Amino acid sequence: MRSLFLKEINGFFGGLLGYLILALFLVALGLIVWVFPETSVLDYGYADLEPLFSYTPYVFTFLIPALSMRAISEELKSGTWELLRTSPLSVFQLVLAKYLALLILVVLALLPTLLYFVSVVQLGDPIGNLDQAGFFGSWIGLIMIGAVFSAVGLFASSLTSQQVLAFVLGVFFCFVLYFGFTAAADLQVGIWAYWLEEASLSYHYINLSRGVVDASDIFFMLAMIWLFLGLTIMVLKRK
Amino acid sequence: MSLEVSQLTKTYGTQKALDQVSFSVEPGRILGFLGPNGAGKSTTMKIICGYLTADSGSVKVLGKDAAQNSEEVSKMIGYLPEHNPLYLEMFVREFLEFSGGLYGLSGQSLKDRVEEMLRKTGLNPEQHKKIGQLSKGYRQRVGLARALIHDPKVVILDEPTTGLDPNQLVEIRSLIKEISRNRTVILSTHIMQEVEAICDDVVIISKGQIKIADSLSNLKSQIGSTQLVLETEEDLSLSWFEDFEKVSFGSKGAKEVIISVSEAGEGRKKVMIKIQEHRLNLVNLNQQKRELEEIFREITQ
Repeated sequence: MRSLFLKEINGFFGGLLGYLILALFLVALGLIVWVFPETSVLDYGYADLEPLFSYTPYVFTFLIPALSMRAISEELKSGTWELLRTSPLSVFQLVLAKYLALLILVVLALLPTLLYFVSVVQLGDPIGNLDQAGFFGSWIGLIMIGAVFSAVGLFASSLTSQQVLAFVLGVFFCFVLYFGFTAAADLQVGIWAYWLEEASLSYHYINLSRGVVDASDIFFMLAMIWLFLGLTIMVLKRK
Repeated sequence: MSLEVSQLTKTYGTQKALDQVSFSVEPGRILGFLGPNGAGKSTTMKIICGYLTADSGSVKVLGKDAAQNSEEVSKMIGYLPEHNPLYLEMFVREFLEFSGGLYGLSGQSLKDRVEEMLRKTGLNPEQHKKIGQLSKGYRQRVGLARALIHDPKVVILDEPTTGLDPNQLVEIRSLIKEISRNRTVILSTHIMQEVEAICDDVVIISKGQIKIADSLSNLKSQIGSTQLVLETEEDLSLSWFEDFEKVSFGSKGAKEVIISVSEAGEGRKKVMIKIQEHRLNLVNLNQQKRELEEIFREITQ
């Protein structure tokens, strides 16, 4: 399993595409947080990283399917899936190795945003005047969102041997999970509204960003990850 | 038995891809798995390797049931799929190390194994190239090296020589011969000469059914006999030719008989004596040698 995990990571940094996606992610976030006047922390007046946390899920919706689209669909297309599948590794191990590699990349992409924390702490008046619990709650929330989207992206990638289709499906699934359910809950659907809200990723993410790391929110995210990894394994076993 | 396949059946929709396929191979032999395109060769091989599951039937490798011990069995099998899929952007050595890692090799034993495979398959000069830069013949060697990296006891090669030029063909064949020394090799092909060149056993499959499963030498002695076709003006009787190995009427009914003889010269003499004995008016006496190729076509059409 280790060698597949390393192959995935190498494959990502072996080409230009990986660096490009990470760079675009950081540039987009940097612009939103520091430059665009609408959302810039510098113009906001409060030492707060609210824009980082409200916009990253949008960027993730595109970034993570872009990272994950080739993970399985390329193997299916080139036939190398047959090599992996006939090795002693089980489908579960294959999917887990690919998932972990993806997760590492997402964490790597998020790590530089810790610098933003340092900057804003310095900007506060007095220095250090920042809702630290709120920040770390949100940051954990972001990692969890990234982890759920990775599982969703991997699932999309297992559905088709065409990378572009895997990307489009991934974006769509992430979008529905994060924004779709909340929006649907607002549509006056009576008793369903509560459950739709509960099923929405953004609802649990906002809970986390209040600085309270509630077990039920974390549990919900973990359940989503298992659900999508389970679906991926199911789809692949039937191929 | 190093490999025992019994009663494999697989259906795609309404089409039966495999119908009660059974055969077995003894250790150290090369089995040629022969059949026209779409006969079920690849399906059978994929089931043996655990890539597909059969509707019913079982595969035993070195006495172990493949469905129940899939991890253990997959370590005993080396598989080269049809079209030889490879990671084209990987370097040859990197790819072999990765593949060895999948089979649980690591450290010095992995390095030694990779060295050995590079040497055996003659890939040493190419080891620092990307696989995408290699010619088809060399890619085939990479595929073979990968299939053998974990020193499997049973090697399954799905059309290993398709698309190679005549020189590469000879090289890959001799490589296959060499690796079969202490292993069982199953290779699929639709070229009869290939089977005659390197195989010990032959299995012929057509439309999902096994038609022949025998050793090459047995098959050759059965069909290697010469046939004499005798045509006369008069009607013939089969009883006149009872002292020949085998005799039957030909396409022209009673005026033509096909006689199998093991030795052509003696056979012709004997037939001439019969002609005189029965005062027949000879129209034609032809000699045909039946080749494996012909048998193959007869069976699979």
